Amino acid sequence: MYGLVHRALQCFAQDIYGDEIWDKVVVEVGHQLHEYEAMLTYPDHHLDDVLVALSDQLEKTPTQVSEDVGTYLVTHTRMEPVRRLLRFGGATFEEFVLSLDDLHDRLKLALPDLDLPRLEVETHSSSAISVSVDFDRQGFGAVLLGILRAMADDYGALVVLELGRGGLGDKEVERVTAELFEAQFATGRGFGLVAEESMT
Amino acid sequence: MNEDYAGPLPVRYVPFEADVLGALMPMHMHVSPTGHIVAVGPTLAKLRPNEDLVGQRLLEVFELKRPLHIAHFSDLLGHESCMVRVKFRHGYRLGMKGLLVPLSTRQPMLPDRRASGGAAPVLRPTASSKHRAGHEPRGALINLSLGVNVVEAVQRYNLSSADFAPADPTVDMLYLIEAKSIALEESKRLNSRLEGARVEAETQASTDTLTGLQNRRSMDSLLHQLEGSRQAFGLMHLDLDYFKQVNDTFGHGAGDHVLKFVAGVLQDETRADDLVARVGGDEFVLIFRGCVDLAMLEGIAWRIISRLEEPISYDGHQCRISASIGTTLSSFYREPSADRMLNDADRALYASKDQGRARHTVFNPEQLGVTN
Repeated sequence: MYGLVHRALQCFAQDIYGDEIWDKVVVEVGHQLHEYEAMLTYPDHHLDDVLVALSDQLEKTPTQVSEDVGTYLVTHTRMEPVRRLLRFGGATFEEFVLSLDDLHDRLKLALPDLDLPRLEVETHSSSAISVSVDFDRQGFGAVLLGILRAMADDYGALVVLELGRGGLGDKEVERVTAELFEAQFATGRGFGLVAEESMT
Repeated sequence: MNEDYAGPLPVRYVPFEADVLGALMPMHMHVSPTGHIVAVGPTLAKLRPNEDLVGQRLLEVFELKRPLHIAHFSDLLGHESCMVRVKFRHGYRLGMKGLLVPLSTRQPMLPDRRASGGAAPVLRPTASSKHRAGHEPRGALINLSLGVNVVEAVQRYNLSSADFAPADPTVDMLYLIEAKSIALEESKRLNSRLEGARVEAETQASTDTLTGLQNRRSMDSLLHQLEGSRQAFGLMHLDLDYFKQVNDTFGHGAGDHVLKFVAGVLQDETRADDLVARVGGDEFVLIFRGCVDLAMLEGIAWRIISRLEEPISYDGHQCRISASIGTTLSSFYREPSADRMLNDADRALYASKDQGRARHTVFNPEQLGVTN
């Protein structure tokens, strides 16, 4: 898998908890890899190893840590490009969630080798939407939960989110359900189609 | 082409309300036969927030880049359906491109089977539509696009995805531009880090990449080690003669080949324990550990010279070089110092060169302190 994913986890540990925690994780994992490169590929099991070691250090469950990573991806200044790419999905939180279907294919356009989950969006009522995570690995549901929580804040929407499981075809997959109460509950953060700094 | 179409003329007519047209083509303009702008799409209107484009003359608002030589709007209508490139005349001079389609009172579009094979005809404005008698022009419809200026325009006029028609891939393109730039930025970062690591590795390496011999760094470290250990050793400084001519005459490929050949000879003529280093373009240093036997070193020097005098074949050419050598021994000095010995071997080498090359000179300790 692309180091982009490994690196996100590394940056999360360093930015939120500091270099010492990351150093301890590196020692505990024992892969002799202090720095993951976004554009190189690493074995998938590194991801699990690092996540487990980091959870140990933080005394949290891997699911809690994954959710925090999702939130970090949207809210931390270092990850601003991620938030921007997600905001391309739509002008409102609802539009954004409905656009998650396309996210996989959009990312494939930019990084054909990036292997990320395919998301299936389904609407249940005018305000209830569910997003199923179609992937051969478990654990991305919690990251998605964190991302959706942070994106709801980003749009200023009032939403109740829940992580569970559900059927998708003949598979049982992770599924996040979103109940939208108010689209403009608070003032969201701004978004321009073109990033400010690129205008030089 | 169209003359082939034998069927009845289509009677389908799609009435467009202005807002529908605006939703489909948010950057369109409807221009009257007199050349006045009658209506503009909502996104195009956003590009001139402080003025109303409606009512103005098209050619006063825009400079027409294509088609060329248009003085009056009627000239433009004469072009029928055509590609247009325009630029705002006033304010920020944003460029745009698009299609102009003249509108006539009846049936402006005709079915066109070009390139469509047996499929249903495509409605296109066609050459023949203009010449039908009684077709008064009703002005023109122009649909514009931001083209490559899109990033700039989006920024400047604060456009959002709602300003682009859903069928327009512009927003996807902006997404792609942004995602690709992030990936490129990451790749650049990786490249520069790898390049840094490569340079670092190279400076830390002890071998010369071309010949596989030791390099100057490696020679320095051995000399300093010997300096401290008080172990006796012989030091030979060798410089190729006529090497530059080989390079100049037969090219760098020949030069590289000769250097590799020389490296082979030097390794053949020395023991595994001795150090052979390439310390410059065509300069070599040989260090004979534990050997201060002058007769033996002289023998080695002469064997090296005579072997290097043999012509070296390269690509059908005979490259002729030779070598000049200067030697010194640690036993010449009460306290041998690396710098001093390198310097003295170098002086002996230049004595060899002065004597007409292909020579070996042993540094004369009598000359200690003598300058030449």
